[in-house]
Amino acid sequence: MDNAGFIIASYIITFGAVGAYAIGVIRRSRKSSRDVPRDQRPWS
Amino acid sequence: MSNSPKGSLPKNSSIVISAARLIAAKDLRVELRSRVLLNQVLPFALIVMVMFAFALDSDAVLERVAPGLVWLATLFSVLVMVSRSFTVETADGALDQLRSAGVPATGIFIGKMLALMVQLMVLVALLVGAAVVLYRASFSWEGGVLLVTTAIAATCGLAAVGTLYGGLATGAKGRETLLPLLLLPVVAPVLIGATRATESAFGTNGIAISEGWPWLGLLAVFAVLFSVAGAVAFGPLLDD
Amino acid sequence: MNTSSSLDASPRDRVTGTQFTRGLGILVLAGMVLLIVLGLFVSPADVNQGESVRIMYAHVPGAWLAYLAFIVTAISSAAYLWNRTRSLTWDRIAGASAEVGVLFMGISLITGSLWGRITWGTYWTWDARLTTTAFLFVTYIGYLAVRGLGGTHQQRARRSAVLALLAVLEIPLVHFSVELWNTLHQEASVAGRGTDVEMDGLMLFTLFLGVVVFTLMYAWLVLHRQRSLALDDMLDDSGLDTALTARRAEAEGMSR
Repeated sequence: MDNAGFIIASYIITFGAVGAYAIGVIRRSRKSSRDVPRDQRPWS
Repeated sequence: MSNSPKGSLPKNSSIVISAARLIAAKDLRVELRSRVLLNQVLPFALIVMVMFAFALDSDAVLERVAPGLVWLATLFSVLVMVSRSFTVETADGALDQLRSAGVPATGIFIGKMLALMVQLMVLVALLVGAAVVLYRASFSWEGGVLLVTTAIAATCGLAAVGTLYGGLATGAKGRETLLPLLLLPVVAPVLIGATRATESAFGTNGIAISEGWPWLGLLAVFAVLFSVAGAVAFGPLLDD
Repeated sequence: MNTSSSLDASPRDRVTGTQFTRGLGILVLAGMVLLIVLGLFVSPADVNQGESVRIMYAHVPGAWLAYLAFIVTAISSAAYLWNRTRSLTWDRIAGASAEVGVLFMGISLITGSLWGRITWGTYWTWDARLTTTAFLFVTYIGYLAVRGLGGTHQQRARRSAVLALLAVLEIPLVHFSVELWNTLHQEASVAGRGTDVEMDGLMLFTLFLGVVVFTLMYAWLVLHRQRSLALDDMLDDSGLDTALTARRAEAEGMSR
């Protein structure tokens, strides 16, 4: 990989990893919330 | 559960001390009778030392890295010994019974730590001997003094951290496998300090003995810090 | 908020989101785009480092936020342990922050390694900061593993809180030891801190933007993850309640 490759890879890894984690968190909470009544959530 | 009020140290310190003494004696007695250290851990450590020779395959290299190998073998053995130290307790729920009988956690911690330290001293003595024999290490009288003090400081630190994290990693299944992951990063300063001090003691690479003493300071700080931290944190950890 | 059936979270439903996080999320996305544009294209290359300085705009904020995340974990852990502020919310904040911290630290290590590959030709050096960072990474992976051990929420909270505070004790010790160790080898001068960069205005701004964007990302992630953990805990509790109710019903049925 030449330098440009490393640089672009860095950005892809950075934002890709963050995005993947974010998606994972949202999906996880959607799954859990299916069985928890809406009124029990203190934040909404 | 213990009823001792938390703030009144002087009144309860004698309880803590006698608890520590009793538990240390118990652990050592268990070891004397079962001889796990003697029959299992020491041979394991020796085999590790031999394996290093196979892997590194050069007398010159071995002599140079002998100090590091001694303490690496010690660290690997600590994992086994800590695990053992707590299996002894959980086998019959002994630890829970001690706690519900009101034995102060600090006392249990100090007791187990001291027992572990004694066993570690034996181990280190043997491993230094193995290094002398297998790796052609050698040391003068002054080097010997440095070695002994290093061993005391290092084993104290290792025993403190080992007992503390051992308490955390004991019990329910899936926990024991965490011990290496938790323990090894924490003991890195001991590995660094003890190895450097031992290098000076052995005179490896022409390093003077005088350069070893500062590392002892690092080891001592580590030992003190984690002894105190352990004494404080062991209670909350056990109160599961 | 709509009042649709409480048990059905359709794909478009907000679960852990609120108006605040919605707004925050938009800010984050906008900031990310701006950062990428500035970092990769608009900002100039460095006099000494060349184009590789562009990696710094992702690497440096990631590292800083990782440290911040672990500080938050330590503070939340202390807050949980202190009787007067004991609440599982602190425990969940500590856990969420540690997860995000591990994420950012992993990213930071990888991007730093790539940067090192360009600048020094090696993926790794043993200088104090890098080594301590690696230790921090492993330590918090251990922390997350302990959180996954099971048991009651309180057990998990107490165990990991103690662990987090011990980590705060251990990290400076490790850093100090490695630093001492390195002065023996004098590798520090060879590898150097190649980040001695004369940053012109736009470069500084981009770096600053990076820190802001990453901070917002951190906040968004921790908010959502902490609520996700709360939902998991509620699920656990309701599962327990259901089991207890079923058990009692059984017992009653048998005693008739």
